[in-house]
Amino acid sequence: MIPRHLTLGVAVLLVIVLSMGIYLNRMRRSADEMQRLAADTRPVAAPASGPTETVTLYVADDVIGSLRSQSAQIPLPGGRQQRAEELLRALLRIYQQPDSPHPLAPTAEIRSIYLVDPGVAVIDLNTAFADQHRSSILGEQLTVNSLVETLAANVPGITQVRILVDGNSRETLAGHADLSEFFDVNAVGQAVTQGGQ
Amino acid sequence: MAALIFLGASTSADQKRLSIYSSVANYTLPVTDRLGREYVGLLEVLEPLGRISAHLDGQHWKMRFNNSDGDFVAGRTRAKVRGRDLDLSGPFLIENSRGMVPLSSLNTLLQRFLGNQVNLHEAARRLFIGDIATQVTAQLDSSTPPRLVLNFTAPVNPTISTEPGKLKMVFGREPLVPPANNPLAFESSTISQTNFSESNGTAELTIAASAPLMASFSNNGRTITITATGQPAAPGTGTSPVVGEAPPSESPPAPVPAPGTSPVTGETPPPDSAPVRLPLAIVDPAHGGAERGAALSETLAEKNVTLGFGRLLRHELERQGCAVMLLREGDDSLTLDQRAEAGNAARALIYISLHAASEGNGARVYTALLSREGPDQGPFHAWNAAQTHALPLSQSVAAAIVNEMQKREFSARSLSASLRPLNNLVVPAVAVELAPGPNGVADLPSANYQQKAAAAIADAVASQRQRLETQP
Repeated sequence: MIPRHLTLGVAVLLVIVLSMGIYLNRMRRSADEMQRLAADTRPVAAPASGPTETVTLYVADDVIGSLRSQSAQIPLPGGRQQRAEELLRALLRIYQQPDSPHPLAPTAEIRSIYLVDPGVAVIDLNTAFADQHRSSILGEQLTVNSLVETLAANVPGITQVRILVDGNSRETLAGHADLSEFFDVNAVGQAVTQGGQ
Repeated sequence: MAALIFLGASTSADQKRLSIYSSVANYTLPVTDRLGREYVGLLEVLEPLGRISAHLDGQHWKMRFNNSDGDFVAGRTRAKVRGRDLDLSGPFLIENSRGMVPLSSLNTLLQRFLGNQVNLHEAARRLFIGDIATQVTAQLDSSTPPRLVLNFTAPVNPTISTEPGKLKMVFGREPLVPPANNPLAFESSTISQTNFSESNGTAELTIAASAPLMASFSNNGRTITITATGQPAAPGTGTSPVVGEAPPSESPPAPVPAPGTSPVTGETPPPDSAPVRLPLAIVDPAHGGAERGAALSETLAEKNVTLGFGRLLRHELERQGCAVMLLREGDDSLTLDQRAEAGNAARALIYISLHAASEGNGARVYTALLSREGPDQGPFHAWNAAQTHALPLSQSVAAAIVNEMQKREFSARSLSASLRPLNNLVVPAVAVELAPGPNGVADLPSANYQQKAAAAIADAVASQRQRLETQP
């Protein structure tokens, strides 16, 4: 006859093993879910809504070493700030296509744009945008000019643009273009016109 | 700013360096101590002398210089050059993919690569390639006051300084060799002796005298006349006579340049004339140290291309009669503010920043794209818009460079860029970005390709020199 205390002991151990098994299974599922979420780079922001508008994007072209204007139809929300963000995100999508004339990293993002009166726009890029940007004076300046010109052409009243990376001031975009100062929209416009940049 | 005035001097005073003189270029490289010996980077030594490429293959550092191959193995004292063994007199070292050889091996190593006569003054760290030496003769004129005439076989441009009882001329870039008689004594109580010495990549002529001395240049820099201008110090005072003090107002001394800059070559200005503006060009090989710049290929960093390009440009500008300050001689790290301060402190005629890129072709010449900053406050310029007043002249120089490049069928265009330190400079400033040629990225480190661009830049600066010299 098996002693009573031994039966109870085995029963308790079995309960513990069962509980541990269930707990481990849950932990594994949770880890899998976290991994899946980390790998998912899809935007979580709500898609832009609003009437579709025809806008002019200034697209950098590495082959000709200058900007070319390109019309695009994109849905634009009513607010100035959201409108500016959607504009630059539409521009970025062109650069992230496989046949891009000025390739940028697939993980590059426009985090947000702040419009500060009078006439100041602050563009906040993510770290990948700058860290994975190709390093050269021309390539970096084309990116800056493209962002500034596209904003200025479609959001009236912007006179100065500042570019931040991950919310912070950064010395250069990728070793050359100076990001420590405000860009004067008129000066950039003149440079683009005169130099064909 | 004062710290930057001494930028060039600090590298020269604190760091061991090797000066190399050849018919192609005269240049200076840093020397490092390893394993109780002095070492130099082999790539840096050969780069200005021809086309060179190198790659690391395990422990083997394989290189090709013009049509000669070299195979060096890390830690071994023997290497194979042009198919034959060669003793390096110390182990070959690899640091950060750079191949380093003992300084003492350069004599045999370069003779093998160049097939030319090579003469290494090892203790002084001066290397002469080919028949390049500049000779000097000294003659004391017994006129009153006495004059010492130094004749050189090639133009020289020494840095002149004074100490009590001495006038020193330091020759940083000239392949000056000792005179037949050294030291040379004179039968004069005023100018008594000249003495040649050499150390740490420079040659030095010291003139001992008992009165203040004045130096003047003539004969296109081939003659330096040293004139005693004051009364000999009274004997028996117990103090050394002070030589080189401000002489009487009717005969000012030749201007002594700021340390780190090359002095003016030419006649001493006449009394009461306007001060002569130094015909100084600053060449800034961008990046350096941990900041590698663009990765032009798997093995080629922008900082290395700009350094080689900078050395060639220095040579070309010197041929055009400019004194040149190369902001970095080796793999040194300088901040953008330091580069700007060096340019502003030296009051250079032109500041040329050098870059390289793997995109496009030919070259691109940039001037500053200025941001909107506050107005100048009296004599003080806004730091980020300091270039404002010099910008029109910078744009003229940029246009001249593009023009000279196009004459040489070198694709070039002029652009604006928000590129520091251009906007922080009060002197005319341009940046040249060298892009691939017909052979692609392989052209970027090529001495021939760089030479073509450097000659165009130097010709353009020479064509604008009059305008640059009359700038306010």
